[in-house]
Amino acid sequence: METMTKEKKETISPVTKHITGSEALLLSLIEEGVDVIFGYPGGAIMPVYDALYHYEEKIRHILVRHEQGAAHAAQGYARASGKVGVALVTSGPGATNLITGIADAMIDSTPLVCISGQVGAPLLGTDAFQETDVIGISMPVTKWNVQVTRAEDIPAAIAKAFYIARTGRPGPVLVDITKDAQFAKFDFSYTKCESIRSYVPVPKVDIEKVKEAAVIINNAKKPYALIGQGVILGGAEKELIAFLEKTGIPAAWTLLGASAMRTDHPLNMGMLGMHGNYGPNVKTNECDVLIAIGMRFDDRVTGDVKRYAKQAKIIHLEIDPAEIDKIVNTTVPVLGDTKESLALLSEFVNPGKHQAWVNEFKKCAEIEYEKVIQNDLYPEKEGLSMGEVIRRINEKTGCDAILVTDVGQHQMVAARYFKFNQTRSAITSGGLGTMGFGLPASIGAKIGAPEREVVCVCGDGGLQMTIQELGTIFQSEVAVKIVVLNNNFLGMVRQWQQLFFDKRYSSTPLINPDFIAIAKAYSIAGQKVSSRNDLDGAIETMINHKGPYMLEVKVEQEDNVFPMVAAGSSVSEIRLE
Amino acid sequence: MEQEYIITAFSENSIGLLNRITIIFTRRQVNIESLTVSQSSIQGVHKFTIVIKNTLEKVEKVTKQIEKLVEVLKAFYHTNDEIIQQELALYKVPTDALMKSNEIENLVRNSGARILEITPDYTVIEKTGYKTETQDLFLKLDAYGVTQFTRSGTVAVTKNPKELLTQYLKEIEKIK
Ligand SMILES: Cc1ncc(C[n+]2csc(CCOP(=O)(O)OP(=O)(O)O)c2C)c(N)n1
Repeated sequence: METMTKEKKETISPVTKHITGSEALLLSLIEEGVDVIFGYPGGAIMPVYDALYHYEEKIRHILVRHEQGAAHAAQGYARASGKVGVALVTSGPGATNLITGIADAMIDSTPLVCISGQVGAPLLGTDAFQETDVIGISMPVTKWNVQVTRAEDIPAAIAKAFYIARTGRPGPVLVDITKDAQFAKFDFSYTKCESIRSYVPVPKVDIEKVKEAAVIINNAKKPYALIGQGVILGGAEKELIAFLEKTGIPAAWTLLGASAMRTDHPLNMGMLGMHGNYGPNVKTNECDVLIAIGMRFDDRVTGDVKRYAKQAKIIHLEIDPAEIDKIVNTTVPVLGDTKESLALLSEFVNPGKHQAWVNEFKKCAEIEYEKVIQNDLYPEKEGLSMGEVIRRINEKTGCDAILVTDVGQHQMVAARYFKFNQTRSAITSGGLGTMGFGLPASIGAKIGAPEREVVCVCGDGGLQMTIQELGTIFQSEVAVKIVVLNNNFLGMVRQWQQLFFDKRYSSTPLINPDFIAIAKAYSIAGQKVSSRNDLDGAIETMINHKGPYMLEVKVEQEDNVFPMVAAGSSVSEIRLE
Repeated sequence: MEQEYIITAFSENSIGLLNRITIIFTRRQVNIESLTVSQSSIQGVHKFTIVIKNTLEKVEKVTKQIEKLVEVLKAFYHTNDEIIQQELALYKVPTDALMKSNEIENLVRNSGARILEITPDYTVIEKTGYKTETQDLFLKLDAYGVTQFTRSGTVAVTKNPKELLTQYLKEIEKIK
């Protein structure tokens, strides 16, 4: 590790102590403000767990039931709290079990520091017991990783890891520490990392580009803003609203941009993407200026990119230079942190109103309401719909809850209908679409934001991918509210089979266990609901319940999620049925 | 349109960086024609020289991804006419063939190559030049039976008076 780093002199810990690498690791974490870690012990990380025994008051360790759960819990924690999530695992299988969560954090820009134990340095490369080249394996899915083989290198590695994870476009980093380095003693002192010569986390905003963008916006007849997670990660929610309200520009959000602006804001037009709202998709191909703010034109948002917003001038506010022109060619790129670039842009744009244009979105919303939403939220058929469950959760939580979802139909329905009053309230696996994300992520979210209600909406399929984390909820007393929308199918795949594979339901029907009985086995209260009359009461019971709770709702088996931009279609070809 | 591009990346000296860089290419199905790593003229800074045949769009995107790596200071891409580049080739031929006539010697002289070593069994010839030139010599020598042939990756310098990075390093030093 010869990278040149610059360290803050004044934060050097006053006392230098002669301690083991393990203790140094914990003191380093404490210096970084860590008070909770998610992990699982094993041979190659035992010295650290032994040291942890003496630090339980300063660092709360949440023992998960599978290392994938540790990664997702750390993600949920990071996304709810805005802090860096920390996962601690052993070598070999412990480390490989983390990989799905790390990949998920990478593609969704979630700051994580993952720490794995490794076999002793003399055993590296010998195929020793539980030796895995986790540095090699994790390289494509980490923002940075490093192997530490000497105790005295631990503090600097941890300092660098936190700095890299949280700055610029955040992401997961991995620090692999050999067992001998955990045992060895050295004189510990800690210095925070303040900069790295080769790393420019936040490019400087070019004021000329801001002015160019402002001219285009000021001349626009039908400007349209797309909100991504970059607004939340940049803490630019206020700047966003100031910009939109000054210009009167309507906005829509990506799945990860959900909750960046209040649902009921008059300029909030809804969700983008494959199962997003009708207007936001269709209007993409009708606007004259598209202002993309902290979003990356994921293919689930663009549909067929060759037929995406070709008529529009595109302004892209983005922190990561590699995102500029990656998918869509930009007219004016504005690099920088959204908090800064949005504030500057607001200065140069003229006050405006685009009421007629906003009304066009509203027309679309009316059409969508009639064709889709009404049926979703107030179904007339007997079977329960996912949408009506979400509607009632909104009513009972006052729209102040954090929504955590798993992946599938319920995810899309929840994202469409859940209402948000506050930022950092939507936690879902967007880029990777990881089934099994929901339950462990909700644990992390509740621990990261203990004062808030956390509702985990999952499917009967995805729940069973990480259902073992009920054990974590039980042991660590994490008061999450789990809503299982049970359609006895791998619903989203079934929907595709219905629409594109002539209803050949190959391996999508599920024969499920009694979920409530499983919850009960972990002393988690719960109930199952299959009729509309019981729904309101059940949700109320769940919300009023002090501890964790599981509500299973039997929903219609073969409902589909609409609207839908089918794969290969243009956003303007969005289907309403 | 596909053509040859030379990417130069300047980095800190860190274990695993080569791996991170090659992953960027393999993930995008971009074949690396040649790759060399060496010290640069700036102390502590390493230089990667990577040759690919691809479109401008692809080379731009790949270069940005390289520069995004935490330990990469700066990455540039060039077309052939923007740089001066050379490759080195070594050819082994049986010494018998060399002795039989002066044809090989003429070839060596006319192509600006040189003889590095002569043993009773074999002779090693060295040539520096463009790939087309070293390839051309290979084809000619092979008529006499080349028993071993190896060519290095491309090394390149820009036509700028100074290393592009020097300016950049000065700038970041100023900021800090
Ligand atoms: C780990 C993983 N495996 C497979 C998939 C593919 N997949 C996407 S949605 C889905 C079905 C999810 O079913 P369920 O959890 O019951 O939720 P529903 O769609 O019915 O709401 C599957 C299998 C995935 N996203 N992640």
